[in-house]
Amino acid sequence: MRNVVWAMLPIVGFAVYSFGFSALLVIVTAVGACLITEHALCRLSRKETTVSDWSAAITGILLGLTLPPILPLWMTFTGGVIAIGMGKFIFGGLGYNVFNPALVGRAVLQAAFPVAITTWYPAFLDDRFSSISSSVLTLPFMAPVVDGTSGATPLAAFKFDGVLTDASDLALGLTSGSTGETSAVLILLGGIYLAARNFMNWRIPLAILMSVFVFSGILFLWDSTQYPSPLFMLFSGGLMLGAVFMATDMVASPITSLGVVIYGSVIGILVVVIRIWGGLPEGVMYAILLGNALSPHIDNLVRHRVYGT
Amino acid sequence: MFQKHTFKHGIHPPENKEETNGLPIRQFPFSPLIILPVAQHIGSPSEIRVREGQEVVRGQLLASASGYLSVPLHSPVTGKIRKIKDVPTISGKMVPGIYLEVSPSSTQEILEGEPVDIDKATPAEILQAIQDAGIVGLGGAAFPTHAKLKIPEGKHCDTLIINGIECEPYLTTDHRVMLEQPEDIFQGIKYLLKTTGAKRVIIGIEANKGDAAERLKGFLKPEDPIEVQVVPVKYPQGAEKTLITSILGKEVPSGGLPIDVNVVVVNVATTAEIGRLLPHGRGIQERVITITGPGVQKKGNYLIPIGTPLRYVLEQVGADEHLSEIYMGGPMMGVAVSNLDISIVKGTSGIVIFSEENVKRAEKIYPCIKCGACVDACPLSLNPSKLGILAKFEAYELMASDYNLMDCFECGSCSYVCPSHIPLVQYFRLSKSIVRKRKSAA
Repeated sequence: MRNVVWAMLPIVGFAVYSFGFSALLVIVTAVGACLITEHALCRLSRKETTVSDWSAAITGILLGLTLPPILPLWMTFTGGVIAIGMGKFIFGGLGYNVFNPALVGRAVLQAAFPVAITTWYPAFLDDRFSSISSSVLTLPFMAPVVDGTSGATPLAAFKFDGVLTDASDLALGLTSGSTGETSAVLILLGGIYLAARNFMNWRIPLAILMSVFVFSGILFLWDSTQYPSPLFMLFSGGLMLGAVFMATDMVASPITSLGVVIYGSVIGILVVVIRIWGGLPEGVMYAILLGNALSPHIDNLVRHRVYGT
Repeated sequence: MFQKHTFKHGIHPPENKEETNGLPIRQFPFSPLIILPVAQHIGSPSEIRVREGQEVVRGQLLASASGYLSVPLHSPVTGKIRKIKDVPTISGKMVPGIYLEVSPSSTQEILEGEPVDIDKATPAEILQAIQDAGIVGLGGAAFPTHAKLKIPEGKHCDTLIINGIECEPYLTTDHRVMLEQPEDIFQGIKYLLKTTGAKRVIIGIEANKGDAAERLKGFLKPEDPIEVQVVPVKYPQGAEKTLITSILGKEVPSGGLPIDVNVVVVNVATTAEIGRLLPHGRGIQERVITITGPGVQKKGNYLIPIGTPLRYVLEQVGADEHLSEIYMGGPMMGVAVSNLDISIVKGTSGIVIFSEENVKRAEKIYPCIKCGACVDACPLSLNPSKLGILAKFEAYELMASDYNLMDCFECGSCSYVCPSHIPLVQYFRLSKSIVRKRKSAA
């Protein structure tokens, strides 16, 4: 499992490079919250601690990467506690979770703090290594006050203002967004590493990306003035991060090859549907959570034909 | 018809055969004491026909078959019955056993019986002769061969497959038998053809034994309905079901037997034994066993008398003092020995010995993360991940009714690939026996 961490380190590095110390604080807090929660819950239930299996650390990093770089730390911490507690532990710990734990944490944060979690911050500010956004250090149970600038994400810019961002900027991560979602290239490299070492089922990201590309491509061909290009859809928002690192959670995805292709296609279609017709600019999180919920049913429907039957 | 000559899924564990596959079969010394359990085969134990103190000759009948699914037991040595007393077996069960003291002065001449004339004997007589010779599947299962060869009413056998696959890592007995006893194999095939009524014979050999395949091909005559087929190496190809799929492209129905697709599969060493014993009317006294592994000095393929105590064998081959694990059979489908007081039985195909330094400490078991590695390894396309979780929750009936538990033949591929080190095949072995017990109780 530690290989997943290695694959995410460049993304973490780039997140810190583009968003500064605030992003580092968010990620460190998320990981810390997950590890502490995991350990505390194991102790409480008188089980041997499972902190050392790396799964809580992965959840922490993933959660950190999906949050805005200036989210107040107390909210980030809450998200970590919920991710492990509600996303994993109450189902019985590693191996029994129905949903990707990091996304459970994020979904709760999204519901509880809709403003804070959609308050974005521009990348590559000059003072990103010399100062920490006051929003990050907001006292517990207080709403953050955003200082100075805030930057709309490419998806929000498209949804609410009809502005399209250049696909190459998106691929390289020169835009605003969650701490870790901006650099599609680094995410893909991490994914290729994991797939090559057989730690990840490559069919899942491929199915998701293909289905997003095809579905949004059809819409784009239908009416290119109303719908964004498929490339914009592929490289914007949390799609890459979600497809490569979130939807591939083995526990919460189907087990057969055909099963994961169905799972990935459903997620891809949901992403496009939510982004284009939904009320939110981004739909990756809900699409994956819905895909997770479908997984056991897909496994029941799509089984290998047993030898001799 | 297009045939792939392989089966679905499966694994490629390290073969570890190169240390013994070049070593000719050698006669193993006689142990001064032979200990013979009377339950060496699947079915009912043999009935002891000798008494304590009696002198017996090598090849003499010691115990007779106690029913249809049973075989007799012959004396592997000339000597004296010291006592008849319960002995331990590898499963841990105690069964009646015969302690035989070897006469040091004897020439160990083998008692001849009534020869079985291949031209005159009827199929039923050949079957009877195979049972009388005490022959069981020498691949490891030790199922009475005559029972397997008996074609049920309403069925017929088209194809006889001789199983020379030997996919189990470390073992090289079948390999050596094919190289050194081809005449016996072809003689055995004649008997088998006659008793099964099969129209053709295919000898299946994995590609890592090309020399054996060539050797057997050299004996083929154009008029014989026999062919040698080399198939790609993959574990567990030596299992009947996977072998039939590899060679014929057919699948044995779930819960069925090879004869349901008009096939009978016989192990190559068993075939050689039939060809060797029947012309002389003898019974099994010895078998070829590969002794190997990093914990042993004199590795090799040995012809060892049945009933030779394991301790004596270990002494003779120079097993490491700090030996920590011994497998009877191979590391995949064999059984770890928990008691050194057992002896060699008819089903012992190999002894693999590991010393302390080459055994990893038991790995920590992590929860199943549903990675699907086992699903892609299972040769029967079962879902070991799901079965493992159900086993943990003791849902044995559900495992059998909805997830084909009883089809599992315990090849161990799932445990081998599991990154969480879950002992899946052990779960399934236990689950299967619980399901069987409950069914027979109901």
